[in-house]
Amino acid sequence: MEYTSVLIQFLNGLASASSLFLVAAGLSLIFGVTRVVNFAHGSLYMLGMYMAVWLSERIGFWLAVPMAAAIVGLLGAVVEMVLLRKIYQAPELLQLLATFALLLVIKDAALWVWGAEDLLGPRAPGFAGTVQIADGALPQYDLLLIALGPLVLVVLHFMLAKTRWGILIRAATQDREMAGALGVNQRWLFTGVFALGALLAGLGGALQIPREPANLSIDLSVISDAFVVVVVGGLGSIPGAFLAALLIAQAKTFCIALGYSKATLVVEFMVMAAVLVIRPWGLLGRVPANLRGPAAVPLPFHPPSPRMLRIFAVLSGALVLLPLASDAYALVLLTDILIFALFATSLHFILGPAGLYSFGHAAYFGLGAYAAGIFSLQGKFPMELALALAPLAAGLAALVFGWFCVRLSGVYSAMLTLAFAQIAWSAAFQWDALTGGSNGIVGVWPAPWLASKTAYYYLTLLLCAGAIIFLWRAIFSPFGYALRAARDAPLRAEASGIAVRSMQWAAFTIAGLTAGIAGALYAFSKGSISPEAMGVQRSVDGLVMVMLGGLQTLSGPLWGAALFTWLQDAAARNIDYWRAATGAVILALVLLWPNGLGSFLQSKK
Amino acid sequence: MHESVAFIWANLASRPAMLEFKRLNAGYGRAQTLFEFDLQLGAGEVLALLGRNGAGKSTALKAAIGLLPTFSGEIFFHKIKLNDLEPFQISRLGLGYVPEDRRIFTDLTVMENLAVGRQPPRAGAPHWTPEQLFELFPNLGRMRERRGSSMSGGEQQMLSIARSLMGNPSTLLLDEPFEGLAPLIVEGIAKTIRALKHKGLSVLLCEQNLRYARLVAERVCIIEKGRLCHTGTMAELDADPALRERYLSV
Ligand SMILES: Nc1ncnc2c1ncn2[C@@H]1O[C@H](COP(=O)(O)OP(=O)(O)OP(=O)(O)O)[C@@H](O)[C@H]1O
Ligand SMILES: [Mg+2]
Repeated sequence: MEYTSVLIQFLNGLASASSLFLVAAGLSLIFGVTRVVNFAHGSLYMLGMYMAVWLSERIGFWLAVPMAAAIVGLLGAVVEMVLLRKIYQAPELLQLLATFALLLVIKDAALWVWGAEDLLGPRAPGFAGTVQIADGALPQYDLLLIALGPLVLVVLHFMLAKTRWGILIRAATQDREMAGALGVNQRWLFTGVFALGALLAGLGGALQIPREPANLSIDLSVISDAFVVVVVGGLGSIPGAFLAALLIAQAKTFCIALGYSKATLVVEFMVMAAVLVIRPWGLLGRVPANLRGPAAVPLPFHPPSPRMLRIFAVLSGALVLLPLASDAYALVLLTDILIFALFATSLHFILGPAGLYSFGHAAYFGLGAYAAGIFSLQGKFPMELALALAPLAAGLAALVFGWFCVRLSGVYSAMLTLAFAQIAWSAAFQWDALTGGSNGIVGVWPAPWLASKTAYYYLTLLLCAGAIIFLWRAIFSPFGYALRAARDAPLRAEASGIAVRSMQWAAFTIAGLTAGIAGALYAFSKGSISPEAMGVQRSVDGLVMVMLGGLQTLSGPLWGAALFTWLQDAAARNIDYWRAATGAVILALVLLWPNGLGSFLQSKK
Repeated sequence: MHESVAFIWANLASRPAMLEFKRLNAGYGRAQTLFEFDLQLGAGEVLALLGRNGAGKSTALKAAIGLLPTFSGEIFFHKIKLNDLEPFQISRLGLGYVPEDRRIFTDLTVMENLAVGRQPPRAGAPHWTPEQLFELFPNLGRMRERRGSSMSGGEQQMLSIARSLMGNPSTLLLDEPFEGLAPLIVEGIAKTIRALKHKGLSVLLCEQNLRYARLVAERVCIIEKGRLCHTGTMAELDADPALRERYLSV
């Protein structure tokens, strides 16, 4: 590449960094004060885009942009007052789930209002041309964006450093309880910060419309980018977000410019990995102080009682006998339920006993499924071998990703798991040669002796029950007790000789591996695999299953998976907006029974 | 909420400041720490709440300022029931809180810390500006732009008291303000507390060290295992070694 084109690519990268910075800054601000990671922040960006496109057809681009940002900001205020206020005291996991649910609802709302087609935005009047730089051309609009990023940084900095509101925000970020005891009304502070963060996201989206059409998948790609940016920059640091946005945007832009557009995700991942290895709390981040807030509720865990064991024995017997009395359709549904029971149990294993968050558990399910397909079709392995090897591929990925996730605590690792899953998903989506891209892989069938629905059902029953029992035994083994000790009192556990991180890393890998078993079984039962197998929706499904059953019960994931899979089978075909429905169910669950349905049922007994 | 606080204020400016715990039961999660706890702080007095480590002194203050939910019983401030109010509402009634670990905002400068505590002037309570507070705490006046993180323990303690005074409270809750400080600074803070009393503030001082309490308090209450077990004057306590032996680690 010549000098000019390098320069132009660099400027291009700067322009992309601005939007990214706006989103990440808002995310960081909101987290700093409210301690809630807003998974729906990318959705606010998406809304900003749609709103701006829609408005600019009516009132022109330059009015539409601030208007769209203001509307999104207002919406943020409403969301804060209606939803978040109710859950500030709830366990962190439920807060994450609630904003996650919001993401689903907003996506379907946008689908409903604006349709599935991408919406092309207008050029920015007055900035539609290009600037000649030597023999290259740069859109004028990019120059505007380049100026905007630093401008917003300066304005935010001034606001935080000099205004009373900014001082209160910084005080509440550090110790919100004490700020309250000094007479600071946090309610309005929180609402204001959330509205500001939403406004920044909306502005970022609105400003992007001359460069990119509004589309329904932007929410997830933006949020995972923003997560990467705040993790790299240091959560809570606005200048850190700015630096990181520059770094990531430049890395991606040059990747595309050099003709490796498919490698952008890999490069992003490598930048993040490098930064996290050197500075675990990000470029300008600090080791999080002990957050003051409601004490975490430790989740009690009991080994199954004799009565429970009898119920399981009866249930297993029934599952063995069931094929005698059911038709093919019911058998397929039952097979699905078993597979998802294993998936949910593996997720529960890291969420509950290990106390690690995973918002991207479907990555390992999907990797197991893809690996099974690739081994058996492209590797020409016998099906049995492919089925045995596929979970190892998932486990390997969990080993690599897990290394990073267990190094960060709480919300940091929640964001990382989502970012990793998004990376895995995009890889499956983009790598046509290996994964068939958006079409996926078809013709993944089991060996002839397993081809009948009944035979395959028994195989699934055997493997899933085996893996679930293995996970349960692990929970009540010394390993499991050590995990819970590490979850409840990490410092004390460390002091008593438990290698906390290695334990958690092992747990993460085991969970990935077992999710991979479920994925591989799923691939052979369906005969085909598509990127949805590892999409965010699947991760959410897993979380809902675990939530339905309740985190603190051992068998919760089983009932949750059965109920959810059955409901989805019965309802998904009749409900257009399945995603929004799932989101609404999660929100209802979180707001009504913050400890899960299982615990609700128990408390009634 | 603004209106109701203003309304309450209009009605109580004429009454004497008074904090009252009535048969209060409170604790952390399910673990109860305070049992049928009773206490009255009269207008304009400095009352020491004495007790050993873990007796429940800090818990009582946290319950009063609203940082801890109460199980049953009542807390009144100026005859207003505090149980269901939030900390910021309680603070805006004129109750200042200085926690035992000081909890100053270490990322903020001295001036910014004071700004966080600022509240409008309040009838019936002295009004403070940063300049007046710097007269009270000259050390702070010399480090206005210093960040909390680079201040000594004594300076942080002064800042924590000054910060709560910025809210122009009529009553101050002080949780072991002398702990870990050099004798000279202890004397300085004791002087400040006496000056505040002189200005008409009521002070509830938690202390496990009788020597410190003696510097400022005329009346004492003793708490043991979450129950109030003795009330009397400082002179009475001084004259009763058996009592001291029983409830205080001398
Ligand atoms: N955050 C908490 N969670 C659970 N229990 C607590 C908590 N804080 C204090 N306790 C318990 O409540 C009891 C009273 O504690 P408190 O802090 O009120 O004692 P204290 O009288 O202030 O003691 P000290 O002189 O050491 O400050 C103690 O048994 C303590 O273990
Ligand atoms: Mg104490």
